[in-house]
Amino acid sequence: METLAPLAYLIASICFIMALRGLSSPVTARQGLTYGISGMTLAIVVTLLTPTVSSYGLIILGIAIGGSIGTILAKKIAMTDLPQLVAAFHSLVGLAAVCVAASAFFNPSAFGIGEIGDIKTVSLIEMSIGTAVGALTFTGSLIAWGKLQGVVSGKPITFGGQHAFNAALGVLLVVLIIMLCITQAPIYFWAITFLALALGILMIIPIGGADMPVIVSMLNSYSGWAAAGIGFTLHNNLLIITGALVGASGAILSYIMCKGMNRSFISVLLGGFGGEQAAGGAADMGDRQAKIGSAEDAAYIMKNASSVIIVPGYGMAVAQAQHALREMADLLKKEGVKVTYAIHPVAGRMPGHMNVLLAEANVPYEDVFELEDINRDFSQTDVVYVIGANDITNPSAKTDSSSPIYGMPVLDVEKAQTVLFIKRSLGSGYAGIDNPLFYADNTMMLLADAKKMTEDIVKSLEH
Amino acid sequence: MSDTPENLPENAANLANTAKDLADQAAHIAAQASQLIDQAAGAHGGEFLITGITVFILACFVGYYVVWRVTPALHSPLMGVTNAISSVIIVGALLSVGASEVGFSKFMGFLAVTLASVNIFGGFIVTSRMLHMFKKKD
Repeated sequence: METLAPLAYLIASICFIMALRGLSSPVTARQGLTYGISGMTLAIVVTLLTPTVSSYGLIILGIAIGGSIGTILAKKIAMTDLPQLVAAFHSLVGLAAVCVAASAFFNPSAFGIGEIGDIKTVSLIEMSIGTAVGALTFTGSLIAWGKLQGVVSGKPITFGGQHAFNAALGVLLVVLIIMLCITQAPIYFWAITFLALALGILMIIPIGGADMPVIVSMLNSYSGWAAAGIGFTLHNNLLIITGALVGASGAILSYIMCKGMNRSFISVLLGGFGGEQAAGGAADMGDRQAKIGSAEDAAYIMKNASSVIIVPGYGMAVAQAQHALREMADLLKKEGVKVTYAIHPVAGRMPGHMNVLLAEANVPYEDVFELEDINRDFSQTDVVYVIGANDITNPSAKTDSSSPIYGMPVLDVEKAQTVLFIKRSLGSGYAGIDNPLFYADNTMMLLADAKKMTEDIVKSLEH
Repeated sequence: MSDTPENLPENAANLANTAKDLADQAAHIAAQASQLIDQAAGAHGGEFLITGITVFILACFVGYYVVWRVTPALHSPLMGVTNAISSVIIVGALLSVGASEVGFSKFMGFLAVTLASVNIFGGFIVTSRMLHMFKKKD
């Protein structure tokens, strides 16, 4: 078993790599998932066969309790609430990392890293990093969950000297880790844990709701680094490899999200975005008139078009309009209209959220295109149907250098012949920025709830 | 310290000074710590650190190239899967729960097994639900 276990862990690592590899296409994704589940099963079974594992009662109990909770949560959750669920899951990985680190600190011999009060320095450092990143992930994800769920205000919460204060706490954390290495006293272990818990809260509260896709990805990355940190402590290559894979994945997703908003990662972390700016922009738009249309107008325009591009945003998810939308698309297709969907990288509250919601409504994934693949097509398109999106279509990102979203890649919807824009009212978007598209000559505003409007269009198309 | 706008720069400056002092102390202690690490690494355990870092860096590269090939449409399932597999941390928890002695460490291990299980089951099931929707439509 001594030599077999590391080999089995290696196979499990390869399974995890294959699981990620499978996601390169929807065709191979399910096979990838099977690899992932097999890898996890192998890792757990092999660990249970380790000679030092001699009592199974609590293990079975823990897996049974945790497994049931996880199964129920995952089966019940509405796809709209996916970002919250993922944030909540990240927090659990973080807390589990803290627990494992604590467990190793108070019983180092079970992991072969020394005796109580005489743990190897390298192990102590690794343990501290594991517990600190874990604790940070735990509270950070909880706050992110709260913001996504609406329990905590989505507005950034800032106070004077915030960044200096956080930096000072960060330095203090390093000092505590060093003190732990020198003294081996449990008090420092707990001090590190509690300080990191506080830092997790302080880091996420200044970040506004609009930046949550970045934060969810970043916490995904952290949960990976925490696992890798624990892997170093336990001298376990499987944990290190998996942690690195997850860490890299989260980091890449954060990067893609930042690029989608033309923000630097640092500026997202410093927070404060989406608060009170752009008050001036709204005023000079005041005297301009928006054209307002009805469901019948919209149905007539789309029925007589030869191509329609649908641009969904988070508002579609909130209104649960995806099913009505697909019905509308089906009816249009029957009329011979070419219907496609354009997805902006930061539409929704987590990477790929829109794609999942459209897939849930049975929209064929071949009809769904990413920004860079479809942006050129808008100029040859008759009608664009913007549903629940706003900032990602705002042309001032290209033209107005004073706009807070200047430079952000946006969908060129204004180049289409007609833009149908569904919105509850003429107010600003999630980031609080006015959209000149509302007042453009080729835009018709459909002021209503996204689901209601789409259903009315469906009714009108059926006649 | 009140938060009037005039006070802000001053408060910030004070905090920055405190941070600097702490940093100086940290630098001093870090020097001591690096000596300790050298000793520890020289004795034993350092060997794994090097192996661990090698494995870690290589895995980061593998992760980088594999994840860039994931189609953007499947980024949500990607988060689901990575969430589930990061709970492989359960391996560490199992070792401490499975140990024969009863105590705080075992309890912590039990807690970690439970939390990680929520994630493993939850993460894989929710991903499977998502992927099910991406089946080819007839």
